[in-house]
Amino acid sequence: MALPVTETVECDILIIGGGMSGCGAAFESKFWGSDLKVVIAEKAVIERSGATGEGLSAINCYMGQRYGWNTPEDFVQYVVNDMMGLAREDLVYDVGRHVDSSVHLLEEWGLPIWKKEDGTYERIGRWQIPIHGESIKPVTAEPARKAVGQENIYERVSVTHLLTDANDPERIAGAVGFGVRENKLYLFKAKAVIITTGGASNVFRPRSVNEGIGRTWYSVFATGSAYGLMIPVGTEMTQMEHRFVPTRFKDGYGPVGMWFQYFHARVTNALGEDYTVTRDDELDKYPPYGRAVPTPTPLRNHQMFLDIRDGKGPMYMRTEEAMQKLAGGDPAKMDQVRQEAWEDFLDMTIAQALTWASQNIEPEVTPSEVNLAEPYIMGSHSGEAGAWVSGPEDLAPPEYFWGYNKMTTIRGLFAAGDGVGAAPHKFSSGSFTEGRLAAKAAVNFLRDNPAAPSVSDAQVRQLHESIWAPLETFDRHQGASTTEGINPNYITAAQALVRLQKIMDEYAGGTSAWYTTNGPTLERGIRLIEMLREDLKQLGARNRHELLRCWEVVHRTWVGEAHMRHLLHRQETRWPGYYYRADYPDLDDANWRVFVNSRYDAANDQWSLMTRPYINLVK
Amino acid sequence: MPTFVNPTACNACAGEHQGPLCVYICPNDLMALDLESNKGFNQEPQLCSECYACVKLCPQEAIHVRGYSDFIPLGASVQPRRVENGLTWTVTFRNGKVLEFTYPSRSTPVGSSEPYKDFTEDPAGDLKGQGLAGESHWLGVDKLPSLAASN
Repeated sequence: MALPVTETVECDILIIGGGMSGCGAAFESKFWGSDLKVVIAEKAVIERSGATGEGLSAINCYMGQRYGWNTPEDFVQYVVNDMMGLAREDLVYDVGRHVDSSVHLLEEWGLPIWKKEDGTYERIGRWQIPIHGESIKPVTAEPARKAVGQENIYERVSVTHLLTDANDPERIAGAVGFGVRENKLYLFKAKAVIITTGGASNVFRPRSVNEGIGRTWYSVFATGSAYGLMIPVGTEMTQMEHRFVPTRFKDGYGPVGMWFQYFHARVTNALGEDYTVTRDDELDKYPPYGRAVPTPTPLRNHQMFLDIRDGKGPMYMRTEEAMQKLAGGDPAKMDQVRQEAWEDFLDMTIAQALTWASQNIEPEVTPSEVNLAEPYIMGSHSGEAGAWVSGPEDLAPPEYFWGYNKMTTIRGLFAAGDGVGAAPHKFSSGSFTEGRLAAKAAVNFLRDNPAAPSVSDAQVRQLHESIWAPLETFDRHQGASTTEGINPNYITAAQALVRLQKIMDEYAGGTSAWYTTNGPTLERGIRLIEMLREDLKQLGARNRHELLRCWEVVHRTWVGEAHMRHLLHRQETRWPGYYYRADYPDLDDANWRVFVNSRYDAANDQWSLMTRPYINLVK
Repeated sequence: MPTFVNPTACNACAGEHQGPLCVYICPNDLMALDLESNKGFNQEPQLCSECYACVKLCPQEAIHVRGYSDFIPLGASVQPRRVENGLTWTVTFRNGKVLEFTYPSRSTPVGSSEPYKDFTEDPAGDLKGQGLAGESHWLGVDKLPSLAASN
């Protein structure tokens, strides 16, 4: 195969992904290791890349330790309850105890945070503070760019595979990828690698399937590469069965947190009923989490799900009721509330503002539909899929500790943000913080392990050929059909994505299956996704833009397969409202308050699944 | 909500910025330059997440958004204009009603951040500890909490 030129980059630390976690990792690593060569590889441009590129209207993870608002212990208790009993308390605590420093630094760099008259931060909820966050990403990227230096930022480079040491498959050695805009292959040789790439949107068939496939709730740029990079090299993963199903404004997917917590709006059904009242008894079925305060997010979903299933929709966010009440007849106050309501969308989900305008919805007059979205697999927001990582030395029990904070089971491979499993509710600030923690640990690792791993030229050549194969496949076979998109020798990335989404939707409990599946359905889905994974070797791409899409669908397919295998292993329904195992409809704390972990063995193309203990640390 | 480019207003950034800014900034590799017409265009509108990165950056205000055909009725628009340290938004409803909002987006001049300014940690001596860079000042409390201390 004729391959383009390879650019080889040798570095101490390779950060894959330049989102919030990646920028945190870049900033932190150069403070502790100013002598080290730190490189960022990013498929876009770090000023607008990642899930926060569009902006944010709130920081959702802030303790306010200096105000005495919350302690990290409070945070752990809240998160474990919201996750129905399963989160790594050492990891959650670690983010909680550090996150305030990140928020204060972001403010110092230029992030405008809403203030009360006395100068303290305004609050939305217990952990949430409102921001004028349209530029949170450029504000975050700027010091990261300065810290590592422009010459060490490789933008428009798509990283497709990790590389392990030629003599030791459990030691990281770097990564490979290609230039999206330049006709080039890349080889990154690194002594430590930090995965900060994204969780996964568009694994499940979304509710909007034409142009609207881009209007996913979680960023459409988040292609599951955090998992698609780590799984194939045998990294132990955890909680890949977990998913997040957001309740959001219908179709535009505008945020609801401000409406629930700041404006105190209710959601009512077609009969005017509030499901949190009429479905209150349902919470007794899920002790002890059902009666925790606040009600865990999946159970709130579950209550609404029952209303919709019983034909009581549409569900409306009663924006008009909340705004009239807040304004109390004062036009100036109403103007302020209106400004705040529109900013919530214009700062972060502009599509929702257009949805309102296009449907002539004035929120002070007209209530607005909400719905349960398609599932998302992620590790940063309310999801907890990701790598099984070591905890910090002073917090982690022996079962959770193997030397370096946030290091995966592959030596020298660290993760942060969506890449770290069982550590949810990080959001933007927590992901940035986790990137910083991973980076400091990576510098420690390098001080203890200064030798460069060895890279096999043959392995690199093989991976480079596989990266380039879709272009070659298209070239070789395009003459076999007069219709470019219909050819027995290849499938396009767009076609493969639709197939993945159909499998996931119908077999793994997507929206058309009412979030419901069972063992035999999952087993059938796994057989079909195995065939899809084989067919992905016959992806065809006309150009490097399509080649990017090819590797995105490969990563998403790894996520889908891992998700189904984990769903099959966990024989209970732990998160009603996110998914239902019809054959195991109850939550089973006695047997399943454990983490489900997996490891993929590439040499034998086999998955092994296992459980790891949940250990209570905060009493 | 896919972006589209008004061909009358687009000048492909007139040879400045080493190429069109929309092509530079698009997080999803969607905006491209049509070499024949020398205009920007969205090469894959079904994967556009309406993030507006290109719309906000376009010096000609040539990029607009036509709401997703899946669920957005025709006739409305949401258009930003960059003002000093913020954005002004014009929201036009399907029925012709117009709202205008201006919000700040950063409190410091672009480029003014100073990484590690006044940080007092010792990169060698404090490396083994749990504290992050700058935390002795920026955490907001005197001591980094630990579980050992709380239990």
